[in-house]
Amino acid sequence: MKPTDTSNPEYFHKVVDCQYACPAHTPVPEYIRLIAAERYSDAYMVNWESNVFPGILGRTCDRPCEPACRRGRVEEEPVAICRLKRVAADNKDKADIASRMPEIPAEKNGKRVALIGAGPASLTVARDLAPLGYSIDIFDNQNAGGGMMRSQIPSFRLPAEVLDEEVNYILDMGINATFDIEVQSLREVLDKGYDAVFVGTGAPRGKGLNLPGLEDAAEHVHLGIDWLASVAFGHTTSIEKKVLVLGGGNTAMDCCRTSRRLGGEDVRVVVRSPFEDMKASPWEKDDAMHEGIPIYNNHVPKEFVIEDGEFKGMYFEKVMAEYDPDGKRSLVPTGEPLVFMEADVVLMAIGQENAFPWIERDLGVAFDKWEMPVVDRNTFQSSNPKVFFGGDAAFGPENVITAVAHGHQAAISIDLFCQGKDVDERPAPFTSLLSQKMGVHEWSYDNAIETDKRYAVPHAPLDKALSDRMLEVELGFDRGTGYKEAERCLNCDVQTVFEEARCIECDACVDICPTDCITFVGNAEEEQLRHSLTAPAGNLAQDLYVSEDLPTTRVMVKDENVCLHCGLCAERCPTSAWDMQKFLYNVTKAGR
Amino acid sequence: MSYQLPKFRHPELPKNDLGYTKADYEGAISTLCAGCGHDSISGAIVKACHELSIEPHKIAKLSGIGCSSKTPTYYLGKSHGFNSVHGRMPSVVTGAAMANRELLYLGVSGDGDTASIGMGQFAHVARRNLNMVYIVMNNGCYGLTKGQDSATADEGSMSKKGEPNPFSAIDLCATALQFGATFVARSFSGDKTQLVPLIKAAIAHRGFALIDVVSPCVTFNNNKGSTKSYEFVREHAEATGAVDFVPMRKEITTDYKPGYSHEVTLHDGSSIHLYKLEQDLDPFDRTSALLAMERHRAAGDILTGLIYMDKASRDLHEQLETSRRPLSQLTEEDLCPGNQMLKNINASLR
Ligand SMILES: Cc1cc2nc3c(=O)[nH]c(=O)nc-3n(C[C@H](O)[C@H](O)[C@H](O)COP(=O)(O)OP(=O)(O)OC[C@H]3O[C@@H](n4cnc5c(N)ncnc54)[C@H](O)[C@@H]3O)c2cc1C
Ligand SMILES: Cc1ncc(C[n+]2csc(CCOP(=O)(O)OP(=O)(O)O)c2C)c(N)n1
Ligand code: SF4
Ligand code: SF4
Ligand code: SF4
Ligand SMILES: [Mg+2]
Repeated sequence: MKPTDTSNPEYFHKVVDCQYACPAHTPVPEYIRLIAAERYSDAYMVNWESNVFPGILGRTCDRPCEPACRRGRVEEEPVAICRLKRVAADNKDKADIASRMPEIPAEKNGKRVALIGAGPASLTVARDLAPLGYSIDIFDNQNAGGGMMRSQIPSFRLPAEVLDEEVNYILDMGINATFDIEVQSLREVLDKGYDAVFVGTGAPRGKGLNLPGLEDAAEHVHLGIDWLASVAFGHTTSIEKKVLVLGGGNTAMDCCRTSRRLGGEDVRVVVRSPFEDMKASPWEKDDAMHEGIPIYNNHVPKEFVIEDGEFKGMYFEKVMAEYDPDGKRSLVPTGEPLVFMEADVVLMAIGQENAFPWIERDLGVAFDKWEMPVVDRNTFQSSNPKVFFGGDAAFGPENVITAVAHGHQAAISIDLFCQGKDVDERPAPFTSLLSQKMGVHEWSYDNAIETDKRYAVPHAPLDKALSDRMLEVELGFDRGTGYKEAERCLNCDVQTVFEEARCIECDACVDICPTDCITFVGNAEEEQLRHSLTAPAGNLAQDLYVSEDLPTTRVMVKDENVCLHCGLCAERCPTSAWDMQKFLYNVTKAGR
Repeated sequence: MSYQLPKFRHPELPKNDLGYTKADYEGAISTLCAGCGHDSISGAIVKACHELSIEPHKIAKLSGIGCSSKTPTYYLGKSHGFNSVHGRMPSVVTGAAMANRELLYLGVSGDGDTASIGMGQFAHVARRNLNMVYIVMNNGCYGLTKGQDSATADEGSMSKKGEPNPFSAIDLCATALQFGATFVARSFSGDKTQLVPLIKAAIAHRGFALIDVVSPCVTFNNNKGSTKSYEFVREHAEATGAVDFVPMRKEITTDYKPGYSHEVTLHDGSSIHLYKLEQDLDPFDRTSALLAMERHRAAGDILTGLIYMDKASRDLHEQLETSRRPLSQLTEEDLCPGNQMLKNINASLR
């Protein structure tokens, strides 16, 4: 193998598993250490810079970082990264945070940008461009900012105050926001002479199921996302006793849990797929079941049942999942008789779609055969160079953190475009690499490895939670538990940096490493090398760190997979050929 | 600040026949100087015992005094241990081995502990062919007392202090051979591929097995001018050949060129495979072994690998025809069988 090029920032970035997996690349271990040091406002700002909505995401994020977390590879469960973010948000000093918000120049730079939709994607663009002097107009058809974070995510998961606070940090940056306005023509917007337009209108259309009986049952059947929005805005305040929720994603989980709070007694989730294949996050399924909601899997909806003009319920066909050799799934009927389930009302939560009826097709914005805009994956520019897309509007429904990541990149492009620069010349990330050595046995990070198991977040008592849809269910970690959970983090950003010129090949690092990461061995191709290491190196997603040739003609090979970042290799190296160095990686933002 | 060994281990560590991982054979975290060769030897002992699937409670690790003699704390944390007095490890092992022949005796010593204060003990334990593994962690100095030249320091070799050593060196392998050791090997702490199979073979050998392991002292004797530094040993080590230890019931998988390889079956049915590099050495012949050592000494290089092995070795218990049941398990009844038995014996001698 070729020696590892550690001057490429992506090498060490990848070692920080959580940050690498985060769409916005939040410097996770950096904020976790700040939480452990009780510097909550600092921890909040590290988050805010990168993901814009720490309080919101600390409660609702899809947390792609957690399955990636290294801790999950050395013991059962990853660090509770997401809920630690909430600890920072809950304990920060609000006045302090307000004073740290970027200054908005009184004199503008003369460029005007329109943002359509006020969801997380647009708000991120606003956050990045306003401090640079752009004049920003936001248009949204809801009565307040936040997009689906307001209309879809129920208050028992995300209290309105938390949402308002973080949306307002942005709207207070001199943004000109117009609510309750439906944008009906992109041409009209462009005609107003904006220098750039950002489309962040999400994926606002719920999918339905056209089954026999639907026409007669129509008034008892609602689209999940429309129903949730109507609850969020106070138009719907109750529901019938018997509720069937169709679908296995997070929308289904929010529909069923909201139903329980509005009067639903026999609330069931019915899903076509096997339980394990459901799209909903495992913790959402757990929470729903904890609230007394059974999940019927392998049931395909067949028919709405009407008797004597009255809606009675639905028929389902039982199926079995079968997988072909390529792992492709098909749902095969078991042949059992159809299952009947009684219902007063059905909520359909089987997916969302994009819809752009308001974008004229002669404006140079190309659409593909699925009626999706053609958008560049890096620049977020459409085929009309003035028009940018981001969030769910760009490539279909995702989540808040993805919308934020898109927003940052789109803001960079809009800034480059407005300054007459090439949008493809992306600025490099900001990085730094700094030794953490303080003295013998002394490092500036807490290198002891705690063995505590993951702490569970406490919940409000069930009866209280179910009687008030506004009551937040999760109570969050208190400071003490937050500290203990923070101590579980392995500080993966403190990198093991090897300097071959210093190594005397004494093997001390090999002998001490608790997880057998290091081997000195003759060089070979990666596949062969992976078989000649001290411990199995079968996780191909994790890199091998390979040195230049050493005097004995061997090379040092470190399998990054289960390194604990304990620093013992550096501690035991007589020549400091190993050093522990903190690698900070910040995605560049517009204007930097 | 922390200097603790984390509890987590590689999740896919291989298990041995007893279901144990390498971690089950580890000890406390080392407090020796960072980079000390002794730590690598500890690592090799852990690896050898794990791979041989020895039950940790069937091992006794004993030592004298010195940095080297501190190492038993850093391996085999679940085995028996005895940290004796300076140079007296052999007599303590002899006592223990006479009382309980069922344990594996792993003695660890330093060049000071063995070649100076303990020389007399070393001579006699080798002569008696006590069934033990005797590992010398040889750094050419008294590490623990701040690096004075030891009796194995080569003439002219310089430690950190910068004075060339005026005396000629004691070669522990050569002396052991002359004292009557039945297994003699030399190795280097920085070469686990050689050291681990040698330790395994020494464990399987019945009789006195010496491994003299050159083990650089990073703090006092790893400088230019020293013949026990990492750099010097790497440049001057010449291997007698490759050793492959083949445990009983396992098949030999390596292919060796015919004529160059020897297979030796050991008492427990396992075997060692020797692949010779040194054509003039017959490791089963004492004279040849002594000559080879002398030749390499004169050439200024260090002969490593298996140097001598007596295939017909008879250990102390066999020579003395001691009871097969360990002394420690004999009861008063066994030892004083009564008047009638005494009469019978007396009668048989009349
Ligand atoms: C029930 C449900 C629960 C969810 N839970 C989570 C969760 O827990 N965690 C998570 O990360 N993600 C969750 N999501 C997904 C998440 O809400 C979205 O991915 C995210 O909000 C997308 O952000 P966005 O900025 O692209 O668009 P949106 O948030 O959808 O915002 C778009 C805004 O534009 C407005 N708009 C659309 N068209 C027009 C128009 N023509 N004129 C004016 N305004 C318009 C919309 O009304 C909306 O206010 C959930 C989604 C649903 C449906
Ligand atoms: C009876 C006695 N004499 C002298 C000493 C002092 N002493 C302690 S260790 C040591 C030499 C150790 O050298 P070596 O065996 O080579 O071990 P190393 O530290 O080099 O590994 C000496 C002389 C002692 N502890 N006891
Ligand atoms: S252990 Fe900490 S730094 Fe490492 S991946 Fe998990 S959260 Fe990130
Ligand atoms: S920091 Fe060094 S000693 Fe610790 S696990 Fe990683 S490679 Fe091993
Ligand atoms: S401890 Fe240091 S000098 Fe020794 S092998 Fe490891 S990196 Fe090289
Ligand atoms: Mg010594």
